[in-house]
This record gives sequence, structure tokens and C-alpha cells, in this order.
Amino acid sequence: MYSRSTAEKTVAQDQTAAPIVQLKDVRKVFASHDGGTHVALDGVNLSVNKGDVLGVIGRSGAGKSTLIRLLNGLEKPTSGSVIVNGDEISSFDEVSLRQARRSIGMIFQHFNLLSSRTVAQNIALPLELAGANRSDITKRVDELLDLVGLSDRKDRYPSELSGGQKQRVGIARALATNPEVLLSDEATSALDPETTRSILELLSNINRELGLTIVLITHEMAVVRSIANQVAVIEHGHIVEQGDVFDIFTRPAHDVTRSFLGHESGRALPPSVAAKLKATPGPKSEAVVRIIFRGPHATDPVLAQLATEADIAANIVSGSIDEVGGRPFGIITVSLPSDPKLLDKALTFLKVRHLDTEVLGYVD
Amino acid sequence: MWTDFSLETITNSFVFQRFDKLIVEPFFQTALMVGIATLIATVIGIPLGVFLATSKRGELLAMPITSRIVGAIVNALRAIPFIILAVYIFPITRWVVGSAIGTAAAIVPLTIAAIPFIARLVETHIREVDQGLVEAARAFGANPFQIIWKVLLPESLPGIVLVLTLAIISLIGFSAMVGAIGGGGLGDVALRWGYAQNKIDVMNVIVVLLIVVNQLVQMFGEYISRRINKRVIIRNTPKPDSLS
Repeated sequence: MYSRSTAEKTVAQDQTAAPIVQLKDVRKVFASHDGGTHVALDGVNLSVNKGDVLGVIGRSGAGKSTLIRLLNGLEKPTSGSVIVNGDEISSFDEVSLRQARRSIGMIFQHFNLLSSRTVAQNIALPLELAGANRSDITKRVDELLDLVGLSDRKDRYPSELSGGQKQRVGIARALATNPEVLLSDEATSALDPETTRSILELLSNINRELGLTIVLITHEMAVVRSIANQVAVIEHGHIVEQGDVFDIFTRPAHDVTRSFLGHESGRALPPSVAAKLKATPGPKSEAVVRIIFRGPHATDPVLAQLATEADIAANIVSGSIDEVGGRPFGIITVSLPSDPKLLDKALTFLKVRHLDTEVLGYVD
Repeated sequence: MWTDFSLETITNSFVFQRFDKLIVEPFFQTALMVGIATLIATVIGIPLGVFLATSKRGELLAMPITSRIVGAIVNALRAIPFIILAVYIFPITRWVVGSAIGTAAAIVPLTIAAIPFIARLVETHIREVDQGLVEAARAFGANPFQIIWKVLLPESLPGIVLVLTLAIISLIGFSAMVGAIGGGGLGDVALRWGYAQNKIDVMNVIVVLLIVVNQLVQMFGEYISRRINKRVIIRNTPKPDSLS
């Protein structure tokens, strides 16, 4: 009953299938304590295909917690519809919701494990709730313990585990009923960087091996970058930008996205340069230009070519070359001559080589 | 007189010569009254406490109106001093046990006093259970009954054990007053013989006995509570090797 058939796996890997999670024009309004109302989500449209990992990123209070709770009916939308696994979750009553929730797993920032139950008993909880028989439960729990690497801790209590181990128990519990979708509510926010990495790796493996669709909310771009292939940026209840992770990372269109990226991938200027930056050029100033290398061109020696072929010297101010979603990607900030003709020539030179450029300002 | 502890003084004392009637029999009367009252009050008080903790607006079993009525009744019962409650409910007692006087009759007011006491304290312990656990259980498809049975009660059990310990100790105290309605017990002997007849030795033995009994009940309750509390790691507790 709880093993996934190979037929299902094939479907899971088929990216062209209908979206498994869909939000259509969702609006959620809460009554606030002072008698007024608070709009948590407004006109949200979102769709996630089977097998995708969608990272929803936003500041606290942006509406991301509400969004993820809509997906398993812990919250009901004020208007609009939420469709998961082909079920219109938003129109379900509590009884049908309970059934639907069994195919939607969830993991939490603070793990939410029962302190009175051992590791094995915690993992067994969703199976007990679903009314599985004892021998099925024992068998499934052992498989899950093996999957998350905690077989030797099965009879321990949560108080005896580290944060990373607790989240592994949380993941095993979430997978117990073989859900189609896994919701992750800031699952790594309470963990140190090293543990975060290992938990994300585990989630990544599960996504690949089981074809599980994952929707995660986070306030850390690093999390989105290491695990997601789709990203949605949420601000004040609106999705301001969404799409493929590589595109959003390399061509962010919205200020909020840029500010999240600021801490990632060398996008922020060194403070000494940032302090001297001016909007208009002076007589002796140089232009500070950000060059974004995407995909195949990321490894070309473009700056060397600029010097030899166009005779324009670029001084590197800061930069990094990295990979996002397995594709090379780099950001380099350089200073170029501020003379309009030379600057224009340099920018054109870069543009024909498919590099994105952005003049950030001028320094003397 | 009570500082003289020679063997002869003790064996000649009033309490020693009538030890069976003055101490042993009343001890078992107290134990019986408190035991049965606690048992019944637990069976009624815990579900009532769960109801109080889950029935307000927006809660698991949301029944705001019923919740308010039940809450008001519980508060009213707690507001009545025990000795007044004991005589006030004579008609109920007579209806339940057929008589308003005697040990069996005394169990009724003790039970009625203990129910709201247990219910309110159980409520506070249930409310202390992390809401995240309730949310997790809901996310895994639990119905309200499953949330109560598999999350709220197991997670608050260490606290509930302490509530029951406290209830037993309070009832031992209350039981001293049921002498007034012929309930008997140690408190009754202490008042009638120790105080009214000025038998200081009787008073001394009963006071010491009550202190010891309360101490033992408290220690036992705390021990059980600690043993079932898995929120903190108890060192030197061997873990079973396999899941039974």
C-alpha cells in the first residue's frame, strides 16, 4: 500500500504533465486584532510541475507562511482556488481535507516532533492516523529510518537528538504515507550551515530518487540556490517575480529579488567602493560596471579580449564565478573609462558577447 | 508530656492502647474516601479539562457557548468552601448513596470538590502543549479526537500526573472536614479526640502520620512524572533495545 509503483515514477519525471500544485488568483485576508483586516496574500498565481522543487522566498511577514499553509488546507483562501494533486483543496471540508493531507507531507522549522514518542513512534504517527496495521507500520518505519540514516537511533527520544537528526526524523515522518508533495516550512532556518547543507542534500536526493515535488519557503537565497529549480519571490502578499532559478539568479527583475541576491554571488559591492559611488561622472571618474556572465559565456576570457581587441582596460573591483542549478554563472564588477564613447564601446563589446551589463555609478 | 518518650509512657498512652480504633481504622477510612474520590474525579476531571482547553472559539472542538457555561459551573464549584459544599449538596449525596451521613456519603462532596480542581489544572497543562505539534498532527490528517488522544494527552501526561498528586494531597486535607458529616477518617479523630478531648498524643501521632503520607504521595507523584517526561534527558536510564 505504501510503496510507490514504477509507473508513478515515470509520471513524476515527466515535466510536461499538468501542474501538481496550482494557486489561482488566491487572496487571503485575516481579521487583525484592532478590528481591521490584514491582506496576507493578494492575487497570487503559482504553479508547480511534478518533480519540481519550488523555492518561495520572502522576508518575514511577506505572506510565505500563509502561502504554504494554503497548500494543505491549514488555511483557507478568502477567494481564489488551491489545487493539489488534482484536488481543489480550497473547497474541501475538514473530513475530505484530512484524506487529502495524507498525500501532502510537511516539515517544520522547529521540527514539531512529539517529545513523548521515540524516533520510530514519531515516524509512525501519520501511518497510525491513516489507520495502517501494525506490521505495515513497522516495515515502513524501518525503510524510512534507513532512508534518513537514523536506524541506530530508532528508540531514542527527540530530546536526545541533535537539530539535524530531529529534522531527519521530521522528513521521515513527512514521507511516511508516500506523499506526492512535500511542503517545507523554513526547515533549515533553525540549523547551522553544515547541518543545513546535509538536510538540503537529503531533500535533493529524495526529490531525485522518489520524484517528489517539493515546495519550500525560506528567507535564505542560499537554500533556494542549492536545492530549487524554480523560484518565486514574494513581497507584501504579491509574487513579484517567478521562474527558473538560473534566470532569476542571473537576471533578477525586481528590487526585492536583487536585495536577496545581494548577499549571494558577489552581487554586493565592497563597502569602500559603495561609499564613494556617485550617480553622475566627474572629470576624472571611472564607471563602475557590473558584468553578468551566464551559461556558456561564463568561462570565456572576455576581459582579456576587451583589452587586446578594443584596447580598453578594465579593473576588477569584485567578483565571483559560481554555479547555479548546475550552470556556470559569474558576476564581476569592473571599473571602465567614464568617457561616454569608450564606455559605450566597451558595453557594446560585452553585449555582442551575450553578457549582461549594468552601470552602477561612477567613482573618482 | 509529649517530650517524654520513655517506653512506659508510650505504651501507657491513650493512643497506643486504642491504636486500632484511633489510627488504623481512620487511616483506612481516609484512604478509601480519598482514593475513590480521586479515581472518580480523575475519570470526569481529565475529559472536562480537555474540553475546557479545546472548546473556546477557534479551538479544536470550538463550542464557545457550551465552553462558557461549563467554565462558569467549574468556577462556581471552586468558589464554594469545601465544608459549605459538603452540607450544601446533602440532597445530591442522599440521592447518590442513599444517605447523607457516613464514609460513603463523604465521598460525594470530596469528588465534587476535586472535579473542577483537576479540570482547571489539566486545562492549563493541555494549553501548554506546543501548538506546533497540533499543527503538525493536523497537517498529517489527524482528526480532533486523534489530536487529543495522540498529541495533547501524551504530551501533557507528566503535568497531569502532578495534578493528580496535588489532588490527592488536597483531598487528604479536605477529608479532615468530613467528620462534620460523619465521614470519619484521621482528621475527624484528630478533631474529636485530639482537640475536643485534649488528647495531645492522638493529635501528635495523626499530624506526623499525615505529614509522612503527604510527603510520600508527593515524592511518588514526582517520581512517576519524571519517569514519563521525555522532554528532558534523564541520565543513567537504560533505553530498551527494541521497539515493543
